[in-house]
Amino acid sequence: MSAVAVDEATDSERGPERRKRKRLTAYILPVFTGVMIVYLAAPIFVMILFSFNKLAGQRQIAKFTCCTLGWWSDMFAIPGLNEALKTSILVAIPASLVATALGTLIGLVLGRYAFRGRGPTNFVIFLAIAIPEIVLASSLLSMFVLAKTPIGYGSILFSHIGFSIAFVAITVRARVQGLDRSLENAAQDLFATPIQAFTKVTLPLILPGIVAGFLLAFVLSLDDFVITNFVGGAVNTFPTWVFGASRIGVPPQVNVWGTILFSLGILTAGLNLVVSFRSSRKAA
Amino acid sequence: MTTRDQGAEELLEVATADLLGGGEPPKRADQFLAKRQRRVAYFILGPGAIYLALAFIIPLILVVYTSLQSGGLLSGGYSFTWDFANYADAFSSSKQFFGRSLLYAGLATVISIALAYPMAYWISFYAGKWKSTLFFLILVPFFVSFVIRTVQWNFLLADDGVLFGPLKSLGLLPDNFRVLASPIAVVSGITYNFLPFTALPLYVALDRIDKRLVEAAKDLYATRFQAFRKVVLPLSIPGLFAAVILTFVPATGDYVNSTVLGSNRTTMIGQIIQTKFLRQADYPEAAALSVILMLGMLIIALAYAKVLGTEDAALAAGAA
Repeated sequence: MSAVAVDEATDSERGPERRKRKRLTAYILPVFTGVMIVYLAAPIFVMILFSFNKLAGQRQIAKFTCCTLGWWSDMFAIPGLNEALKTSILVAIPASLVATALGTLIGLVLGRYAFRGRGPTNFVIFLAIAIPEIVLASSLLSMFVLAKTPIGYGSILFSHIGFSIAFVAITVRARVQGLDRSLENAAQDLFATPIQAFTKVTLPLILPGIVAGFLLAFVLSLDDFVITNFVGGAVNTFPTWVFGASRIGVPPQVNVWGTILFSLGILTAGLNLVVSFRSSRKAA
Repeated sequence: MTTRDQGAEELLEVATADLLGGGEPPKRADQFLAKRQRRVAYFILGPGAIYLALAFIIPLILVVYTSLQSGGLLSGGYSFTWDFANYADAFSSSKQFFGRSLLYAGLATVISIALAYPMAYWISFYAGKWKSTLFFLILVPFFVSFVIRTVQWNFLLADDGVLFGPLKSLGLLPDNFRVLASPIAVVSGITYNFLPFTALPLYVALDRIDKRLVEAAKDLYATRFQAFRKVVLPLSIPGLFAAVILTFVPATGDYVNSTVLGSNRTTMIGQIIQTKFLRQADYPEAAALSVILMLGMLIIALAYAKVLGTEDAALAAGAA
């Protein structure tokens, strides 16, 4: 970025007196940043390391003894955990797809149309993101109790779609607002119908926003604990199962699955980055 | 903008854009839409708006409704009676937990900002071509579930864990030294878990600052520190505000950290609400506690905006 270039240029132009002072203090912040990044990743290191921990029992303990692949080969050994993982996936996929469809439409409208109710809609979207999760969880459970709806898979799915919509909507809205409207006008000048202009010009341009919204919704659903804990009843997802197990000690398979999900997440993010980098290069 | 516009960064940039002052309004020309087009807008908005009403607005109304019910599960269930006494009961029986939650969340927020600000500042001002990579590394914790990370801290902070175990065997720490099950463990768990939420709005706000302003200040004989205090710090206030809200509000309602890392002497309000809802089925009082929590958070956000007095802050609190 140009701003950085400016900074670098002036740093080297400054006199020797400044450079000397820089030598003393210049390392504090980068070292601090490095330490912070290690700190942020610390529990992830522990998780990966302890998926290889050799132990006598079936529960993770704080002491690390090197090393076994046993937990990796026995990763399906705990039925409750398998069930919870299955539920997580069976919730996250449909929830993120539906939330992406609905949220994209909201984001599209908010980003480009002025209409009565735009302000309130933006406000509701903001509230849905800013509200403490436990309040939303209590509210959803209150509704299910009052409506005498059985809670379980259905209520989890319903709630996950609900809290993801707002996140997709703001992601898409930002993309739509950044759009150059003249491109669409040009398409219409070239005799494209509004629908053609949308599918051939607008949609490809906002697609990165939609994909980002989908991934965000998927991760939010997969990670959600509080709302699932409230509205899930006896049905567990991966996080709620781990929370329940943490009272008596988590089995090492949790670390195995945590490591797998972590690797998949990093891989997807990396791929998304590469793809969007490629497409932005092509566009340039 | 090149790749910086994409991917993970984009997610959080837009997520915090709201808190930093909302998106730009539509252009003037769009404000004169034909009636037909406006109908199209409502039509497109419809399904999502209906879903949000069902999954967000109606539940919020119904939690207030539940909070005004009276009765008991054993005496034929709850019925709506405008029972405001629930609020008095809930508050008086739980005020120590509210106080503790505010204290822990407040401490965690202050520590998070103290840790995140220098990091965000260095990345946005000095990291150069490493900016995106470092930013991504801050997000890495998000790829592991919040609950699992907290459970791992439980092992990290354990008495004979990978952190204290070696220190104790080297004699650097007394054998009876322990952190787990103490307020320190809970506060540090909250700090850790919400740190990315503190760092991201700060990073976005600092990254938005035109770096030439700092150069201009230095040209006008400001020292580095003066340039920071008079230019960078004021311009990053919307980001600070967003960071406080994004950290403090979820931290206050959190019950995972105090359950996994704490003891029965670190009980927070979230645990009380969870127990009343899920174990005791005392819906009215649990709902009343949730409503108190929601209103409290709203008041804090608005008060903060008022003290701050900036338009950004008002927008961020949704007051504008």
